[in-house]
Amino acid sequence: MKSRGMDPVLSTVRLTVREAVHTLSSSEDGGCIFSTLGSLKRYLGETENPALPEEQEEFARIHFSTFLRCLVGKLSPDWLELLPDGQLEELWASFFLEGPADQAFLVLMEAIEGAASPSFRLMKMARLLARFLSAGRMAAVMEGQCRQQTEPAFSLLQETLLSKVVGLPDHLGNRLQRENLAGFFPQNYFPLLGEELLQALHVVVESLRGGLDCSVSFLSQVLGKACVHGRQKELLGVLVPRLTALTQGSCLWQRVCWRLVERVPDRAMEAVLTGLVEAASGPEVLSWLLGNLVMKSKKAQFVMTQKLLFLQYRYTTPVLRSLLGYLAMDSQRRPLLIQALKELLETWGSSSAIRRAPLAQQHYISKAILVCLAHLGEAELQDCRDELLASLMAGVQSHLDSSLPAVRRLGMIVAEVASAQIHPEGPPLRFQYEEDELTRELLALATPQPAADSPSEAGPPVAPVTAETTNEEMVSSGGPQAQPEGSDSELDSDDEFVPYDMSGDTELRSSKAPVYVRDCVEALTTSENWERWEATLRALEGLIFRSPAATQEVSVELAKVLLHLEEKTGVAGFEALRQRALVAVTVTDPVRVAEYLTTQFYALNYSLRQRMDILDVLTLAAQELSRPGRRQKPPQRGPPGPGPQPGSPATPAWQAVVEERIRSKTRRVSKGSAGQGPAADPNKFNSVAGYFFFPLIQLFDRPLVTFDLLGDDQLVLGRLVHTLGALMYLSVNTMVAVPMGKALLEFVWALRFHGDIYVRQGLLSAVSSVLLSVPAERLLADLPDELLEAQSWLADVAQKDPDEDCRTLAIKALLLLEKLRDKLLPPPPP
Amino acid sequence: MPLAPGTSHTSDFAGRSWSEAWTEGRDTPGDCIPPSMVAPPSPPPPPPDPQFVLRGARSAVHALHFCGGAQGQGHPLLLSGQGRDLRMHVWDLAEGRNAIVDSVCLESVGFCRGSVLACGPQRWMLAMPGKGGDEVQILEMPSKTSVCSLKPEAEARPGMPMCLQLWQADSSPLPLLLAGYEDGSVALWDVSARKVCSRVACHEEPVMGLDFDSQKARGVSGSAEKALAVWSLDEQRALQVHGTHQLTNPGVADVRIRPDHRLLATAGWDHRIRVFHWRTMKPLAVLAFHSAAVHCLAFATDGLLAAGSGDQRISVWSLYPRM
Repeated sequence: MKSRGMDPVLSTVRLTVREAVHTLSSSEDGGCIFSTLGSLKRYLGETENPALPEEQEEFARIHFSTFLRCLVGKLSPDWLELLPDGQLEELWASFFLEGPADQAFLVLMEAIEGAASPSFRLMKMARLLARFLSAGRMAAVMEGQCRQQTEPAFSLLQETLLSKVVGLPDHLGNRLQRENLAGFFPQNYFPLLGEELLQALHVVVESLRGGLDCSVSFLSQVLGKACVHGRQKELLGVLVPRLTALTQGSCLWQRVCWRLVERVPDRAMEAVLTGLVEAASGPEVLSWLLGNLVMKSKKAQFVMTQKLLFLQYRYTTPVLRSLLGYLAMDSQRRPLLIQALKELLETWGSSSAIRRAPLAQQHYISKAILVCLAHLGEAELQDCRDELLASLMAGVQSHLDSSLPAVRRLGMIVAEVASAQIHPEGPPLRFQYEEDELTRELLALATPQPAADSPSEAGPPVAPVTAETTNEEMVSSGGPQAQPEGSDSELDSDDEFVPYDMSGDTELRSSKAPVYVRDCVEALTTSENWERWEATLRALEGLIFRSPAATQEVSVELAKVLLHLEEKTGVAGFEALRQRALVAVTVTDPVRVAEYLTTQFYALNYSLRQRMDILDVLTLAAQELSRPGRRQKPPQRGPPGPGPQPGSPATPAWQAVVEERIRSKTRRVSKGSAGQGPAADPNKFNSVAGYFFFPLIQLFDRPLVTFDLLGDDQLVLGRLVHTLGALMYLSVNTMVAVPMGKALLEFVWALRFHGDIYVRQGLLSAVSSVLLSVPAERLLADLPDELLEAQSWLADVAQKDPDEDCRTLAIKALLLLEKLRDKLLPPPPP
Repeated sequence: MPLAPGTSHTSDFAGRSWSEAWTEGRDTPGDCIPPSMVAPPSPPPPPPDPQFVLRGARSAVHALHFCGGAQGQGHPLLLSGQGRDLRMHVWDLAEGRNAIVDSVCLESVGFCRGSVLACGPQRWMLAMPGKGGDEVQILEMPSKTSVCSLKPEAEARPGMPMCLQLWQADSSPLPLLLAGYEDGSVALWDVSARKVCSRVACHEEPVMGLDFDSQKARGVSGSAEKALAVWSLDEQRALQVHGTHQLTNPGVADVRIRPDHRLLATAGWDHRIRVFHWRTMKPLAVLAFHSAAVHCLAFATDGLLAAGSGDQRISVWSLYPRM
């Protein structure tokens, strides 16, 4: 009824627009066109005599798009040159830049879609769009949507607008191809969009302050869609720091922000939240930005407490910290944190997860547990203590059973920290593990405030230093005052006396080691004189190499003694000394000692440690035997002649210095390979490889009372597989390689679905060593079926195995297989 | 043959004048030390190598002394330390000679080396172990007249003297003698008064070597045990133990303070020479070159360090050479 009353006004507008359109389409006179356009400009306001508000609204609502399309239609080089100096173009563009932004934007996008691919019009429109963006009109587009109450009629328009706003880089990229402007590149556009979004939010906040209703749902949709498109980094990288600053001081901003995230459609919630968690600099920021979102939105709760913790594991430790810190910050959210801890511990302790989940994920979950524990107080833990302890204990057990050292260590660290927190009154758990980057990081997570413990760490080193200096002062000042004043401090500045390396200053051992190998057996078994015992152990390797004939007489006896030798006194490097001596015996008399050791491997009454020692010794001895040029340079420690201390374990540093000096002073005439290559020498391992290999591979499937390779003792099985692979690799170029390869492939086939990662890794490397060691012709002639089977297995592992190392090894083996085939296939006829 | 006079285990070594003939490795061992031997800056540089190694002694080296060329020609230098023949020889080393000009008969067999103090032109005071096992005899050389005999009080029972050092305080011309005894004590004797000024127990084991820095009034002694003792002398001529410094291996055969009072070197039974910063006792270097116990050390006036060892070699080191 109201519009009927305004009919005259409306018809005036309609008439003017129709006339203008007519003029535009028919006239070739620049001046006429210019004045027509100028008259229409009145309807946009902002001129000296603007049209009536009703007229402006009418124009904007009904006629503006039509008119803009008409303007687009007129665009051509000739038309723009009807007036000099680009006056006409300026006026033409002003309609797009000053009129209602949403319509202008849609018409611009439509025109760009519709223009022929490489054309004048396309480029003109693209430039205009770039101007539109740089003039900040995108904020106007979004503001417009915030003011309007969502009505069904608008939703279609919003839908279109949304896809155009977010898809702009794609559309423009498709249309312009190589002509694309830098402003439309996603890496430039999305930060701009972030700025504009923020601008629109400013307007929203202002109008809320003014008491006007506003809706952020369009902004939420833009945010969600952009994040779903994978543009979290660009968009949130701009948005989050600014929002952090704004929300920090203002409740209104916080509320707007919570609303913004809340209105994000469910399907985009995950993308937005992951982006926010990654971009936020800490738990407080997340709390300001999200509020109690996790309590309001099921989807958000699922993302934050399940998806980010259990299903994904690529996030860095700070992200994990801010995520869990966010959960811990509010009393309403804390139950979620406890729930998360329970579930985390349960997953952590599940033996199937330990076997199947990638190491990185286990590491991630362990970190999450430690962070949770740091946040939770004793009282909260008390309520669910039994439950937590149960899953912790199960988890520790299954972690310690693992054959991967990294997994075992994770178990130890989490167990130590968690038991101390969950069960503080009990005796503290302590494990021995090596300190490294990883353990330090994990342990650092367990302390709640990283800032608080840094001074205490810096504290202790200071105290002894000061004590030392005062001590020194006392010594120097306590002396009589006979010395001339001043000269002392002047002359005795310590800095010119740089201490030399004194690491070689070890205790001198006086007791004499035996001179004959035969005496060593006696000294090691019966000696009550520990110094002699130790000296014997230290001298043994050298003695064996110096007198091979004498060693051969007692080789098996000596090997037996060494294998059963126990560390009775705290001899530094006992394990290494014993191992080197055993290797030396094996190398000196390979057949007999290898026979002895391999039978002992499957004998009763050995500890797992001893069995693994046997494997190590066999591998090292095989390596030593197959080393070319072994004869020329027996591995003797220490220099010959009266050098420094006989029996000092490390090669003295001066030797390195001397060698370096000689190298630098020596000019080599031919710069081929450094030094002479090793002289050709028959492979000593050739004749004895079988003695090492076959006894080991034969009996693996026969369980003993104390030793079950296919059962619990999978760690030893893993070592055995690795050893067999190494022996195979070392017997390259030997006669026995073909039967060995055949046996090994059969062995691998039998164990290929073994559940333990370490065993599987060994199997895969064993396949690679077969491929490397057995001659290609023989492989294809003798083992074609085995190869085919292996290939399909490898392909399967390369795709599906949960362990990354296994996949890599499988791919390497496949590549070797590929190379082998290339070598054998005749080159295709040209 | 300049070394190893026949029956005696005493070896002498006139480093400056004889080094040329024995040097291996370098052709001109001039008085100036090549600057390249200065220790490079941190991290700790590897232990240094000896500057020269002198071989050919054909027996264990038990005593060393640098005979300064500038100290005056025709100045016969006396090197003490008795041989198993119960004799102490006076050698003429002037102008490259090495002839025994005189010898003093000893009255006891022990490990103790004598000590010499120049009292005037062509006059020296010699301290050496005397008869009775616990006496120290003071002779005037070259006349060989006995000045006195220092006998500890009956109730003290310090055992044999193990090492001796004669010195004069700057303030008074009276000679003083520091003696290390078998029971691990160090005693200061006023030679002219023939009485002990002060005695302090430094070690559990016999004192094997001592040296005294009269400028700082501080001395150091080494024994058969695993520690060095640092002691000082106050104005009342009282000895006080300042502290001990633990070593890795037991047994110190000799200790020497460098003439500029900045470095201390010890000769170890563990075949190693240790170098300390004398004021702070901070360890600076462990020189592992010899393959038998190091018996004696000597510093030249320019800071060169020589060490003689049971492996029949003399190593010469240039450490921290700026004086």
